[in-house]
Amino acid sequence: MTRLPRGLALPIAALIAWETSGRTLFQPTDTLTRPSAMAAALVQAGMDGSLVQATAETLAGAAIGFLIASVLGTAAGIVLGSSRILGGVAGPTVELLRPIPAVALIPLGLLIFGFGVRMEVMTVAFACLWPVMTVASAAVKGIDPRLIEVSRTLEIGRLEQALKFILPSIFPRLFVGLRLAAGVALVVAVTVEIAANPQGLGYRLILAQQNLRPDLAFGLLTWIGCLGWVLNRGLVGVERRYFWRFAPAKRNA
Amino acid sequence: MTPVADSSRRSALSAQDVSLCYGRRGSSRTILQNVSLEVRSEEIVCVIGPSGCGKTTLLRLLAGLIAPSAGEVAFRGAPITRPRRELAVVFQDYTKALLPWRTVTDNIALALESRRVPRHEHQTLIDPLLRQVGLDRHADFFPAQLSGGLQQRLQIARCLAQQPSVLLMDEPFGALDAMTREVLQDEIMRLSVASRTTIFFITHDVEEAIYLGDRVVALAPNPGRIAEIMDIDLPRPRNQLTTRETPSFLRCRHHLRELLYTLAA
Repeated sequence: MTRLPRGLALPIAALIAWETSGRTLFQPTDTLTRPSAMAAALVQAGMDGSLVQATAETLAGAAIGFLIASVLGTAAGIVLGSSRILGGVAGPTVELLRPIPAVALIPLGLLIFGFGVRMEVMTVAFACLWPVMTVASAAVKGIDPRLIEVSRTLEIGRLEQALKFILPSIFPRLFVGLRLAAGVALVVAVTVEIAANPQGLGYRLILAQQNLRPDLAFGLLTWIGCLGWVLNRGLVGVERRYFWRFAPAKRNA
Repeated sequence: MTPVADSSRRSALSAQDVSLCYGRRGSSRTILQNVSLEVRSEEIVCVIGPSGCGKTTLLRLLAGLIAPSAGEVAFRGAPITRPRRELAVVFQDYTKALLPWRTVTDNIALALESRRVPRHEHQTLIDPLLRQVGLDRHADFFPAQLSGGLQQRLQIARCLAQQPSVLLMDEPFGALDAMTREVLQDEIMRLSVASRTTIFFITHDVEEAIYLGDRVVALAPNPGRIAEIMDIDLPRPRNQLTTRETPSFLRCRHHLRELLYTLAA
């Protein structure tokens, strides 16, 4: 944790500069605010429960979509990565679907699912699927063929091979893809709420804008940033705590 | 070992007129050409030959990891079409053949899992194996925490846990220091007697081949084919010091080294 104080210096300095200039040079307007006002607005939103509820809604949408994408993306990545034939068949289709912006699916999602969690979850899942799948399939292709041969000489079945040989082998690289996807999940969840879905932090942001509350809007932005940071740190922590043994082996002579 | 006893033994592995070519017609490269070989049950057959003579390819064919372009490989008379647990392969690059995320015990357990041995019986089967290969003090280590010699012992232990009838070993001690190599050679010979395992052993070391083998197969390169099969009539049990100094051992060594020089030229 020794690096943390150094990393905190810049944001803290910025906040202090912002606060002092806001108090001395500028008057609060409809568009400008001060850190102290942001903090007050956040605390108030926290007290009346609206912040907790909105956070829960956004995180639920992001988390469920992320989990769906993680499972499907890993499975699909393993299948496409291990079979040259399937990879060749599905590859062009994947490349065609992947560039579709997840946000462009919102109108379609609204038609199919209407407002609500399901539409948000499906959009998040769509956006997160590709990074996970691409990383997983590339990692599978990078597995040393010797390991697969060991599983063949043991007459281990396809499913067992995927679970005991392939999945653990790709964990380190897969985790990079999962962290990417987690970031995408939060972005897309908030975007869906801003664009269409009347719930969660994105919707609160829109409300703050419509009610001319820059303090609350800036406060929510900071809050979302913190959530993203905590999410990433959490995943790194999980990786270090539980997946250290899957790091690539060093060769001993 | 008398010829009568040899002929009465069943064939474990056989290659009939086996050839292997890579690439399409026109630009194809022949790796092995018309190799015929019979490995009898409980025999130790060692294969030597200059690099590029297809030693490893022959082993991979016998293991069922690749299929021949022509001819047939068979295990106890039945064609080998895919790898099977009865044919255990000890790879040269032990680092890549072990699961780095599993401990020593769990790496061995992999073979038991593949045999569908109930989990509660694992420990009673693994403990004797650990003692047998000298890893009993390293049961909870990860492969990366072991020396090369210990890692190769671990791979051998996992192969034994497969309960194979044949061990196919591809230069298993090539990357190890001389002392470790000799200790493991003696252990392998002890194992072959104790568990009545047939051994097909590839090496680039002529002395190792003679010391271990009942027969030594010399392969010629370009394309890979059998140059000579030599019976080794040294008495067993063999001894690292005395066996290697017997006139008979030295005669074999002289002959095979001469042959290898001719083949490599």
